[in-house]
Amino acid sequence: MGERVSVVDYLVLDDGEPYLVATACRGCGATYFERHNACGRCFGTSFERRRMESTGTVRSYTIVHRAAPGVAVPYVAAIIELDGGGVVKANIRDVEPEPAQVGLGMPVAMTTFVAGTDDEGTEAVAFGYSPAVAAAGKRTDA
Amino acid sequence: MPDDLWILGASMVKFGRYPDRDLMDIGSEAAVGALSDAAVSMADIDILVVGNQLEPVGGVGQRLQKQIGQTGIPVYNVTNACATGASAIRVVSMAIKAGEAEMGLAVGVEKMGKAGLAEGRAARPEKVAYEREGRTGAVMSVEGILGTDFMPGVFAHAGMEYARNHDGVGFEQFARVAEKNHAHSSLNPLAQYQKTFGLDEVMASPMMSYPNTLLMCCPTGDGSAAAVVVSGEKLATLDPAVRKRAVKVSASVLTTDPWVEGGEQQPDVNTLTRQAADKAYEQAGVDPQDLDLVELHDCFATAELIHYDNLRLCEPGGAGDFIDSRGPWRDGRIPVNVSGGLISKGHPIAATGVANIYEIVTHLRGEAGDRQIEGATVGLAHVIGLGSTCAVHILEKAAV
Ligand SMILES: [Zn+2]
Repeated sequence: MGERVSVVDYLVLDDGEPYLVATACRGCGATYFERHNACGRCFGTSFERRRMESTGTVRSYTIVHRAAPGVAVPYVAAIIELDGGGVVKANIRDVEPEPAQVGLGMPVAMTTFVAGTDDEGTEAVAFGYSPAVAAAGKRTDA
Repeated sequence: MPDDLWILGASMVKFGRYPDRDLMDIGSEAAVGALSDAAVSMADIDILVVGNQLEPVGGVGQRLQKQIGQTGIPVYNVTNACATGASAIRVVSMAIKAGEAEMGLAVGVEKMGKAGLAEGRAARPEKVAYEREGRTGAVMSVEGILGTDFMPGVFAHAGMEYARNHDGVGFEQFARVAEKNHAHSSLNPLAQYQKTFGLDEVMASPMMSYPNTLLMCCPTGDGSAAAVVVSGEKLATLDPAVRKRAVKVSASVLTTDPWVEGGEQQPDVNTLTRQAADKAYEQAGVDPQDLDLVELHDCFATAELIHYDNLRLCEPGGAGDFIDSRGPWRDGRIPVNVSGGLISKGHPIAATGVANIYEIVTHLRGEAGDRQIEGATVGLAHVIGLGSTCAVHILEKAAV
């Protein structure tokens, strides 16, 4: 059986429950998921890793019907405001891709899924969000 | 005043698809058209600035100059996404204000063919073994896996965030924006499409990225627009018949996106627009309620609706009421996108910012034909390019 890698650096898989880690500015607290040379907000150059909360609310969403080749449609793409600060882009899973089923401001919790497998059998694991009730079993803070 | 700026001439090539014409053919037509409209020649031009986004080999300005007049003047090439054309105008304006030029030519030209904005990024070839790349250490393209960066979705997010914060804004309000712009385009012979659609047709057209249907998204296309900008001092030396048609640039502002929470993940198209608009109103000494017409960046219907609020065309939070009450229709309180907007006039990326200014200039001169807003004396042109850049120009009809 192959290994597992996270699809992006900021998803941590090998430390208990999966979680997101941000690059946080020591000067002003701004968080980034991209590697940063200096802080866009306060220009500081000192950063630390910050473990982010795995729950949040839906700031905005769209239901994508025309997508890149190989991406199954329709799917729900969203902007999630994380509890405790930070904002992340991800898909909402475990929900019908219908406007009536996705609520603006809806509480959600992070889940993970396998997004692909390479020729050596390594699985790429990505993250998404599910409505908080449906995901309750996976919540670590409940 | 030495730092007064005026548009002396403007021209636009009808947006559409020109498989048999290259970038130089389209750019030259707009450039020569603007010079002719201004009753000047390349011999009068001190600086040429050419905006283009997609031509990979570059040097578009130098190539264009070889087609329209090689006088040895400085040429600058600018690229600022969908704000490219407006940035070309800004560069000419700054050169004039700096005293390095009296008269300049700004051109925006683009050939997009049918390549969609949504298909701008090539898929990464399949890896034999996963390898981390880029600033997030991604092992594969995450488009569609971790949300979306495709334009219809990014601007859907911006609209839905507004809907979250304001009751009475939803799919129908966004659709009404497109209904209006398609209707307006039916009067504009320079628009890529000139067909009217009912609200039900807009809502029933194929869904691209909810709430944006196909008829709520700008098409791709080819096109060009150009403008001759002149200093007030130089203008005063010109023939009275030429001076009479000159339009005053009362404000010319360009901003980028300041840091906001979450801006890294979802571009904030609001703050930089608000800052550009507020600065422009102050520069021009114009109140939003004084505007006779506005050309704003409706790349998607969701974008236009939120810019009613960002540009202060409606009460704070009142963008839904504004469209519901037909405020931005051509016979409404502040006509918006009487050209048909990007949604129906088209959006050849680098041409758009100059074309918006062409549209305002044409109305202020009273030369807009069937689509003329009668008695227009002040107008605003707005564009936004993701990344992000926003440009706002306020133009006024003024006696010289
Ligand atoms: Zn900072």
